[in-house]
This record gives sequence, structure tokens and C-alpha cells, in this order.
Amino acid sequence: MSESDTARVERAAEETATRESGDGALAVLRTSAGRNLGLVVALILICVVGIVTAGDRFADVDNLITILRLASVIGVVSIGMTFVITGGGIDLSVGAIVALSSVWCTTVATQTMAQDTHWIVMVGVALAVGAGCGLVNGLLIAYGGVVPFIATLAMLASARGLAEIISNRRTQIVQVQEFRDFFNADIFGIPFLVIIFVIVAGVGWVLFNRTTFGRRTLAVGGNPEAARLAGIHVQRHTVMLYVLLGLCCGIAALMLVSRTTTGSSTHGGLYELDAIAAVVIGGTLLSGGRGTIVGTVFGVLIFTTLTNVFTLNNRSISEQSLLKGLIIVAAVLLQQRLASRKGSTT
Amino acid sequence: MSTATEAGTAPLLQMTGIVKEFPGVRALGGVDLDVRAGEVHCLLGQNGAGKSTLIKVLAAAYQPDEGTIRWDGAEVTLSSPLAAIKVGISTIYQELDLVPDLTVTENVFLGHELSRGGFSQRARANQVARDLLARLGHSEISPTRTVGSLSPAGQQIVSMARALSHDTRLLILDEPSAVLDQGEVNNLFRVIRGLTAEGVAVVYISHRLEEIRQIGDRITVLKDGITVATGLAVADTPTSKLIQLMTGRSIEYVFPPRPEGTRDSGKPVLEVRDLALSGVFSGVNLTVHAGEIVGLAGLVGAGRSEIIETVYGARRASSGTVTVDGRKLRRGSVTAAVGAGIGLAPEERKSQGLLLDQAVYRNITVSTLGRFARGGFLNSGAERRKATELTTSLDVRPTGVVRAVRTLSGGNQQKVVLARWLLRECRVLLLDEPTRGVDVGARSEIYALVRSLADSGVAVVVVSSEVEEVLGLADRVLVVREGAVVHESAATEIDESKVLDLVMEGRVA
Repeated sequence: MSESDTARVERAAEETATRESGDGALAVLRTSAGRNLGLVVALILICVVGIVTAGDRFADVDNLITILRLASVIGVVSIGMTFVITGGGIDLSVGAIVALSSVWCTTVATQTMAQDTHWIVMVGVALAVGAGCGLVNGLLIAYGGVVPFIATLAMLASARGLAEIISNRRTQIVQVQEFRDFFNADIFGIPFLVIIFVIVAGVGWVLFNRTTFGRRTLAVGGNPEAARLAGIHVQRHTVMLYVLLGLCCGIAALMLVSRTTTGSSTHGGLYELDAIAAVVIGGTLLSGGRGTIVGTVFGVLIFTTLTNVFTLNNRSISEQSLLKGLIIVAAVLLQQRLASRKGSTT
Repeated sequence: MSTATEAGTAPLLQMTGIVKEFPGVRALGGVDLDVRAGEVHCLLGQNGAGKSTLIKVLAAAYQPDEGTIRWDGAEVTLSSPLAAIKVGISTIYQELDLVPDLTVTENVFLGHELSRGGFSQRARANQVARDLLARLGHSEISPTRTVGSLSPAGQQIVSMARALSHDTRLLILDEPSAVLDQGEVNNLFRVIRGLTAEGVAVVYISHRLEEIRQIGDRITVLKDGITVATGLAVADTPTSKLIQLMTGRSIEYVFPPRPEGTRDSGKPVLEVRDLALSGVFSGVNLTVHAGEIVGLAGLVGAGRSEIIETVYGARRASSGTVTVDGRKLRRGSVTAAVGAGIGLAPEERKSQGLLLDQAVYRNITVSTLGRFARGGFLNSGAERRKATELTTSLDVRPTGVVRAVRTLSGGNQQKVVLARWLLRECRVLLLDEPTRGVDVGARSEIYALVRSLADSGVAVVVVSSEVEEVLGLADRVLVVREGAVVHESAATEIDESKVLDLVMEGRVA
């Protein structure tokens, strides 16, 4: 490289740097932070409504901790769902996987090994069942060529069916004290469940934004053919995405079992709806190729807080569902407006 | 050429002072264009000069920020693409916008289906479609065929039939010849001449100057979003002047010189033995040495692209072997090919090559992510620095590696794809139509880049529909016809007419 070339490289690098910091402020507002700002405003609005309508019952530390604890379980599932949707897929079976994992690990604890069960075994079983279901989903989709919608719809039906068979449709109560102690502990007043969610979200953020895995997820979701021709193992990556989500479902099952002290084939009802909604509201594109972990966390908090405010005001579940549906539609419409505004220039 | 070129004919379309801005980019900074009925008006300009934006303004896909459009003598505001179609402006984009699973007729009448009382009139629609196809000289295309089963040339005819189904008075063709081979281009020209004889005005965009010589009446040249010359008569304007107007400097359409001495002395890097893909090609043998450029010439559909895609593992060979540096590759595995050091710049840059919405640097590092990671954690700063270095040395414009690749022009997008494989330091580089949609100035740069890659010891295979490109760039040429290699020789031992004979007839006439 000649001297002038070197100078040009440096100049261009500088330009890039200034553009990043200069446009940086603008771009950040337009993209991630701008969207997140909207989510923060929405969350604050809901809290204001909560304070106005329910007063002290809402703004109570115990109530806020309840919200967080409820958000944690669905939150862990939503983090995994963010990866799958960003990678161009969808998973309708998360609720059923949670149910199956909860039933399987409580069966081990109540029947197979009963009170002698070490709580670690329960953890291992739940995670293995979750990851196993994810693996089946992933293999069917990546190598079997089944579209994600159908493959996971089949998993939704069969996993819940299997959970019913294993549990005989009975609710299984966990007697393993160490397990209950471990998951229901508080650390400085913060429930351990919330801490698990924080850890999963943190690990998820790093994985998504700072690793080759996250970058490849964006590539696979954005343009699978280009990713394949660039040498990315698209099929293997797709399988890993579903296994990751399955693992998250296993974690969520453990959290649910500890919170309710039961395993049941009815656990995780409509989790797929809540998780997908939280991801979409957070700003992840349903068509893949763009996603945000921070947005998903806000999406989960918005939904859970909303439910809480409704419950405190004695509004029915039906009304909650109605409003949830409207919020999803509004979020997607808003997302499309934003996407079309940043259209191409050539 | 025709009466339309005579001075004094009132323009059908007159655009004055058109300005179009996007956030941070002034795509058009004052463009003038006037088009007369019955003429072929060529729009020239390098990639990024604003041609695509201009035709989108004309088709009302974009609204101009400033400027006036006069249509048939009266000032108009075209508020939507439908409004443009209604006054008689039809656009055929480079990427054809047909629905592959619908029939020819259904595509022709898409959006304005013939119906009576809510019931579609299929028989009448088929008849009208048949008439339109006949008017275009392609009555052999059945209106009931699905469009996906037609060749790119056939699909283009369907697009034109669709345009004609709306009483078109101005037809815009954006690089119509890019997907066609020579025979099909001649056919296209015949169709265009038929239309202009009926008084239809045509705006023709192409990078191939020789085509403009053949078909054009007048030329408007754009550079950096500004009209630098308008209404030049094709017959009176020398090529050198056009290139000078487009680039702002005088350059020749040149190929880099071949290095002295023979290239076969080294060990072969890529060896392909008896490669076959059932139903497409068979018995392909190909040896490429380090530092050598081998060109594959042939018609679109002869199997050239399929051959290199099979070498790359993107298609699974039915028999035969591919060896790189003496190591045999697993069949049908892109990962194995990339691992062995093969890189591919695919034919469909946008759909196969790039992550359009993602940053330039991410497109460059996507095949070498491991190099910027430790334990799976990426060092984005290092990625950006390396990408900046590469884009600067390849002169990718506009600069800035964090912008989305979508905002770059075709030639610059191609440089990004090449930068990806430069970074990977591949042993073998497969280039499928490397200059498709790339303007004259950037072409020479890409040729020089390919040659310098070869000089650094890379084995290069180039597929191109332009015989001149294959002969000018490659050291050795293979002619592919109907799925078989019919000729192999040094590029200097064969000329364009012989290649064309081989391509058409399978033998030298």
C-alpha cells in the first residue's frame, strides 16, 4: 500500500468514526433507543394508570415483586423466542414444552425416585426435556423441511398430550424441600426467580449482540440463501436456535414448578401467545433479520404490568385478552410504519 | 433513424429540475429529461448516478421534492404508481415483478383483471393476452402457462405485455438486457422497434454502450444525481465522449494485461473431474492453476452457473469429484467448499450474495467471523477497522462501513462481495456474472481487482454472458453449450465470432 493509500484508509476510518458518533446520536434515537424509549413511555403510562386506579395496592413493594416474579417465567421463554424469531422462525410449542418439562421433572420427584430425589436431578431432567423438544423441532424444520409453523404446531399438540399421559392429568406436588428452598430463596429481598430472569436476559443480550452466534442468527434470519452461500451452516444454526429456546422452556418450567410447587400438564397455557407478543412489541421483526433483547424485556414487563393493573381493578380475563390483542396489532402497525420510513435510497 | 429524432417534435414527457432527497443523501440534485413520442431515449450513468431514483420518480414510486413534470404538454402531479400507469407510463424493473405461480394471462392483468359483474372473463383475458404476445412477436408463449416455467427472456416479454395491456405511451426499461443472451437481446430490440414505430416512447437504461449504439436515438447522461448532458444524438456522439461525461474523466474500457509466461507451471489448485448434475450438465472437467483466470462462456441456461454452484457445493453433484489443493471435497456441502478455500460471488447479488439490511462491514466479515472472535465473542471494532481498510482500497462509495448495504449501488455492492472473499484469502474464487449491473467505470476496477487477485496466487473462474468479458479477462476459455463443455483453449487462440459459433452451433462454422 502506498503512502497516499494509507492516508486514505486513515481518513476513511476517521470518517466512519465521526459518522458513527455524529449519526450515532441520531441513529440511536431512530433505532434501538428510540424504540426502547417508546416502550419505556408505554410502561410508565401503564404504571400511572395503575397508581391512579389502584393506588397503594399497585405501588406496593410486594405487588411490584409479584409483577416481576410473574414476568420472570414468561420472560425467560421470550428471550429464547427472540432468537428463534430473529433467525426467521417461530415456535408455537413453548407452552406445551414448559408443561411437559414440568410434568416430567415432577414425576421423577414424586414417583420414580420420590423424596430421595436430589433437586439437581429435577433440574437436569427439565432442561433435558426442554432441549430435547427443541431439538426435535429444530431437526424437523432445518433438515425435514417442515415449515416452523406446522412443526411446532405438531409439537404443541403432542408435547401437551404426552404431558397428560405421563401425569395422568393429575397435578403433581413437589415434596423435595431442597428444590423449593433453592428456587424460592430471596437474595437481598429479590426473589431468586427474578434473578434467574435477569441472568438469562443478560446472557441472552451478550449472546445476541456480542458473539458470532448472534451475528449468524441475524444473517440466517435476514437472508438464509446469502448466509448459506457465505459458508454459514444454516441448518445447524437453525437447530441450535430451537434447542436454545427449548432450554429456555426447561428453565421456565423449573421456575413455574417452584412457584406453584406443582407440575401439571396445564402449565404454560397460551405462553406461545404471550412470548411472541412480547417479542413483537419489543421491536423484533416477525420476518426475521432484526431483533432486540432489551425490547423483549420491556415487552414482557409491559404485558405483565398490564395484567396486574387489570387484576387489581377486578377486570375480567376476557377484557385482558381483548386489550392484549389490540396492543399486538398496534405494535405491529407501528413497526411497519417505522420500517417503511427507513426505506432504501437507490 | 426515424422522424422522432428530428428537431421540433414536442416532447411527450418533460422533467425539469427534479430533486429527490433521502435522509443524508441527495439522490437527485436537479435532473432534466425530455422524451419524445416514438423515440428510444437512453439513460446513461454510473451506478449511484441516480438513474434508478429517476425512473422511480417517473413511475411515481417516489415523489420528487422539487421540480416539475410535464406530460403531453401539461404539468402533472403523479401521486401514485397507479396514477403514472393511468396516464400511460409503464416501468419494467430490472428485477421483474411477476408472480411466478400465476399464469401469463393472470400476470398480464394483475391488478386490472377483466371482469363483468364481478366474474372474471378468463377466455377474453386469454385472448387479449394472446394478442399482446403476438404484437410483441412472441405468439409461441401460451397465455395459460405459469410464468415461473418461462425463461428470463420469456418473463420479460410477459412484463412488456403487462405494460402494453395499459395503453402505454412511455415504456421504461431498466437494464432489460442484463438477463438476456445475445440472441434474446436482438429479439428485444426487434420488439422495441415495433413499439416505437407505433409511437410509443421508450426510456432505455443499459450499461452496455454497444447496445445503445444499436437501439438508441438520443441520450441523457446523469452523474452524481445531476444531468450532465441531455438530448445527445446517438449517431453524433463518440463513445469516448460518453465515457468522459459519465465518469468525469477519460478512461478506456480496458482489461488488465495478462502476465508474461505460462501459467500452467504451478500445481493445479482446483480440479474438477467428470462433474455432473443430472438433467443439467455432465462430464465437466476443469483444472485451474494458481494465478490463472479461467472463463466459462455460454448462453444463459447452458449450465454455466450451475457448474460453478455445484463446484461450490450449493448444488449436490450427481457424480464426479471436486478437489482443492489435492483434497477431495464432500459433495453438496458449501461449508466444506468454504473451508477448503473456495469463495463464490453469486449471480443474484441481492438475493444470494448480500444481507441487504445489514451494515457493510457485517457483509464483509460474515464468512470470517471466527477471525474477529475470541471464544465466540466478537470484536466489532476490529471488524469495522478491517472492513474500512478493504472498502477504502477497493474505493467503495459512499464510504462508511456502518451504512446498510442496500444503500449502495450495484457496482459497490459487488465490491463488498469481493471484499468478503479478499478478507477470507481464498484459494479459489468463483465469479458468476461479476459485472452484471455494474457501470463502465467500476467494471475496469473490478477487472483489475480480479487480475490482481489472480496475480496473488488465487485460482479464478469467471462466468459471463458477455463474450468480450470472458475473452478479455480470462487466460483460458471453456465454452459451455447445453450442459457440456464443447471447447477449451487459451483465450488468445479464439475470437468472439468463434465463441459465438460454438455457443450457438456447438462447432466452428
